[in-house]
Amino acid sequence: MSVNGQGVAIRARGLTKRFGELVAVDHVNLEVSSRQVYGFLGPNGSGKSTTIRMLCGLLTPSEGEIDVLGLHIPQQAEALRSRIGYMTQRFSLFEDLSVRENLEFMAAVQGVPKARTPARVKELIEQYHFGDRERQLAGTMSGGQKQRLALACAVIHEPELLFLDEPTSAVDPESRRDFWEKLFELADAGTTLLVSTHLMDEAERCHRLAILNRGVLVADGTPTELTGKLEGRTFVVDSSDPRRAQRALVDLPEVLGVAQVGHALRVLIRDGNSGDALTPLRTALANVDPQAVMQSAPPNLEDVFVAVTREKREPQERAA
Amino acid sequence: MSWRRLWAIVVKELRQMSRDRVTLAMIIGIPVIQLVLFGYAINTNLRGLEAGIADQANTAGSRALVMDMLATGVIAPVASADTPEQLVAMLRRGQISIAVTVPPDFERRRIDGRPVAQVMVDGSDNVVQSAAAQLAQVPIDSATPDTRAPLISTPQGGPISIVSFYNPQRRSAVNIVPGLIGVILTMTMVLFTGIAIVRERERGNMELLIATPLSSAELMIGKVLPYIAIGLVQVTVILALGRWLFTVPISGSLLDVYLAAGLLILANLTMGLLISTRAQSQFQAMQMTFFVFLPSILLSGFMFPFAGMPKVAQWLAEVLPLTHFLRLIRGVMLRGASLWELWADVLALVAFTAVMMTAAILRFRKRLD
Repeated sequence: MSVNGQGVAIRARGLTKRFGELVAVDHVNLEVSSRQVYGFLGPNGSGKSTTIRMLCGLLTPSEGEIDVLGLHIPQQAEALRSRIGYMTQRFSLFEDLSVRENLEFMAAVQGVPKARTPARVKELIEQYHFGDRERQLAGTMSGGQKQRLALACAVIHEPELLFLDEPTSAVDPESRRDFWEKLFELADAGTTLLVSTHLMDEAERCHRLAILNRGVLVADGTPTELTGKLEGRTFVVDSSDPRRAQRALVDLPEVLGVAQVGHALRVLIRDGNSGDALTPLRTALANVDPQAVMQSAPPNLEDVFVAVTREKREPQERAA
Repeated sequence: MSWRRLWAIVVKELRQMSRDRVTLAMIIGIPVIQLVLFGYAINTNLRGLEAGIADQANTAGSRALVMDMLATGVIAPVASADTPEQLVAMLRRGQISIAVTVPPDFERRRIDGRPVAQVMVDGSDNVVQSAAAQLAQVPIDSATPDTRAPLISTPQGGPISIVSFYNPQRRSAVNIVPGLIGVILTMTMVLFTGIAIVRERERGNMELLIATPLSSAELMIGKVLPYIAIGLVQVTVILALGRWLFTVPISGSLLDVYLAAGLLILANLTMGLLISTRAQSQFQAMQMTFFVFLPSILLSGFMFPFAGMPKVAQWLAEVLPLTHFLRLIRGVMLRGASLWELWADVLALVAFTAVMMTAAILRFRKRLD
């Protein structure tokens, strides 16, 4: 499957998972190239975890085909296990074992050769800055330290592919930066990473990105591609009474979304409305606050998310 | 099967256990407390004891006496023998629990006013002993209606002498302690493994473990091995305390006692594993454990005599490992039998373990759905 190092690590077609009536993942098509950091962006309950679990063979899909590292999943899931690392959403290492004991246990279970284990454990303890606390019980560490340990354990057998399910949800911003540094180091070393997140700033760091909403893949591409499509549709409104300004704008047919950011409003307008569409907005604004200023602003991923989730939904609602 | 992965699980379990004070306290605390609590007797009357009869006199009077004993309903004849020695052998094998011998000089003894018959009792089951007392009340006069007069002058004591084998002083602790080994092992072993896998599922460890190359068998066996050692520690505590507090004898070989205990430990651990693969939470696992534990205590013959139960309950009891263990341990510790002589119960425990382990491994899926 791998073509000169830039091959396809994951390919999924029509991937669907139903839990009774609920469709958690709905016909998702996915292609992840190797040596990339690929992001899964979506709110809680959008099917990120379910998709990841299906991709590593922990859940059986209701429909669809999966190829991971050239293996058919779930049929060949057992062969895949030694080639992937999986970091669960919840801290899933043993809280009553020490840092070193957890690493040694995972080394044995993941089949790191016995002769290589001491060196590998030492290496990871240094790389992940556990030198002074290798005998500390995992349960007594901070959220950031736990995540670092979980990552160290997930890569102990040097997997080709790493799944990370919301790895930084319980971590402070400083630890998050360090954590992402580690992820890019791994990608540089040739690992493919699939990271799910609901944080926009994390999604922006990914090489490529898929946006999931209610189990449907609503957009994918590089962060620049995704935001580029919204060029000219995003504005910032400065007003002395942002609440009133928001109420005046939100019901206009041209406006797709208005969000308050501090004293300012962030406005996203509908596609095909550039230029002349601004007139009704300015009129509405002038009615509530003559001093209000509206300026164009560069689009970000949050705008992309709002755009793809609302635009996909509304045509159906209007038709109904 | 990778020995390294198996060993990694064993080491992990032992490390976790050594840091869990509550579990450590339970390992020693449960046997000590139970032993002291149960150190007193549980006595009941019973019916339908398997009996062997050797009527060496074979006169009209002796036959009438035997018939009267049977009429009490306390004993049910399953074997007859020519000599008391044969009865003793049957008693030792656990084939019968009461033996009635009518000596050849029955008629002369009756006239002399000496005891006319002997009832030998398997004292390793204390309830059987008390039942034998009822037999001694069988009036000889009704057995011999034609010669009433001499019998009324029967001297002090009953006309039938009772000899308790294997527990001459009829101390209940002697009967309780061996059974208690089984009860304590049933309670703790099923519970420990019953919780073992559910706990990892609750803490989220399981999602990590099933995403690794670890196999079901490695995980299951790795979880069972440490607890075998724990179980044997408990057996040692009970035996030592039983000896020290109640001077309970060990008539058979110590090795046989440990082997029998090992068989029960395995049976219970594998049953716990099966529970673990079914239960969704630790609380459910605990409920299921008690679902098994209560019938074990009630039906196995630990509290109430096996022989006194209705047939259906007896069939049910045959499925419970504790029933077979009680037969083994009473045979070995009190009657001095060897495991070889009690092969049927050994086989039952081995079969139970094999079925449970297979079911647990098959039931455990490396999937979340």
